[in-house]
Amino acid sequence: MSKITMTVNGKAASGDVEGRTLLSSFLREDLFLTGTHIGCDTSQCGACVVHVNGVAVKSCTMLAAEADGAEISTIEGQAAPDGTLNTIQQAFQDHHGLQCGFCTPGMVMSAAALLKENPKPTEAEVRHYLEGNICRCTGYHNIVKAILAASGQEIPAIAAE
Amino acid sequence: MYNFEFEKPGTLADAVAAMSADEAQALGGGQTLIPTLKQRLASPSVLVSLSGIGEMQGICMGDQGEMCIGGSSTHASVAAASGYRALSALAGQIGDPAVRARGTIGGSLANNDPSACYPAAALASGATIKTNAREIAADDYFEGMFATALDEGEIITEVRFPVPEIAHYEKFVQPASRFALVGVFVAKFKDGVRVAVTGASEEGVFRWSEAEAALSANFAAEALDGLTVDAEGMIGDLHGSKEYRAHLVNVITKRAVKAAA
Repeated sequence: MSKITMTVNGKAASGDVEGRTLLSSFLREDLFLTGTHIGCDTSQCGACVVHVNGVAVKSCTMLAAEADGAEISTIEGQAAPDGTLNTIQQAFQDHHGLQCGFCTPGMVMSAAALLKENPKPTEAEVRHYLEGNICRCTGYHNIVKAILAASGQEIPAIAAE
Repeated sequence: MYNFEFEKPGTLADAVAAMSADEAQALGGGQTLIPTLKQRLASPSVLVSLSGIGEMQGICMGDQGEMCIGGSSTHASVAAASGYRALSALAGQIGDPAVRARGTIGGSLANNDPSACYPAAALASGATIKTNAREIAADDYFEGMFATALDEGEIITEVRFPVPEIAHYEKFVQPASRFALVGVFVAKFKDGVRVAVTGASEEGVFRWSEAEAALSANFAAEALDGLTVDAEGMIGDLHGSKEYRAHLVNVITKRAVKAAA
């Protein structure tokens, strides 16, 4: 076991972890931040995406010990302290960008990373960026709409409509 | 996952020392290794993270105009680099954004997955793989599926890519995994053309010498008319038969040449 310390959603967090402890396990089981979902545990679905030092990563495919000293943001840190949703979350609600909601934390975190790097993405760029986030309700359409809306753009009549 | 000790050395010398432990395993970005550990297909005693070593980070242009990429550079950092456009474009097509944020060039080349993208770039570019112990030419480095010239405990510290006059990587994506079903890197240098194929052969990445000869004489897609690769030795699986992959090698090489020209 070794001791790790990190900043999670602006607050200091620490714990003792085994070498094999995944960042996703540490967040969920030690810090009880269960908004980060484990969908596949095989690095494909993206439900576990969090930001490590501002960059979107799959927390089920990173060791907790690798995140020692890092700044982590999870879905729990996205809304304001009074519960007011951030722009992306609100857009997901407004555009019905979720059905069962399981993939949503990862979708929102990936969307936030995309808009930071590319504030006005095209529809094609949004779809390309979400390649590592799987939604089994086939909800991509409204997810893409929500992200375009969150970027402040007009939502075009998008493909398949 | 079986448990292991975790070490994160801050210098190459410390990493080399840590790698001398029995059953030690280097950890790059972990985008292949961590899923492998989860499946209990590997059981190292100690995992040596290479992510904290400053001397293995960074990308720059060398004295001979070659691109020098630190072994711990992520796919995202290579994708964002300028100086070798075809290589950056290749890096930007690996996996998905979260995978590119963690996965490293050294990790990919050390693993030598038969469907990975980087081996095609390294072989077609005639890259040099620099380790803590020596320099290995790409032509001597790849030794078959998941096999390389690396010795036990040897660490890739840097990869040097000569920059061709023109080059292009064409990837026929296997849509579920985003690995290459077949990927072809074509690189035209002053003294000839090199063509490396990934995803197709059971021996891993290979140079298609007939295509290299034809393209060195005439760098045009038509030069490949009538050239075939033997289906024997190609990968046949649920995604495509040996014959299908053999056919794709010609098709994708033509597309790569058209895109490069």
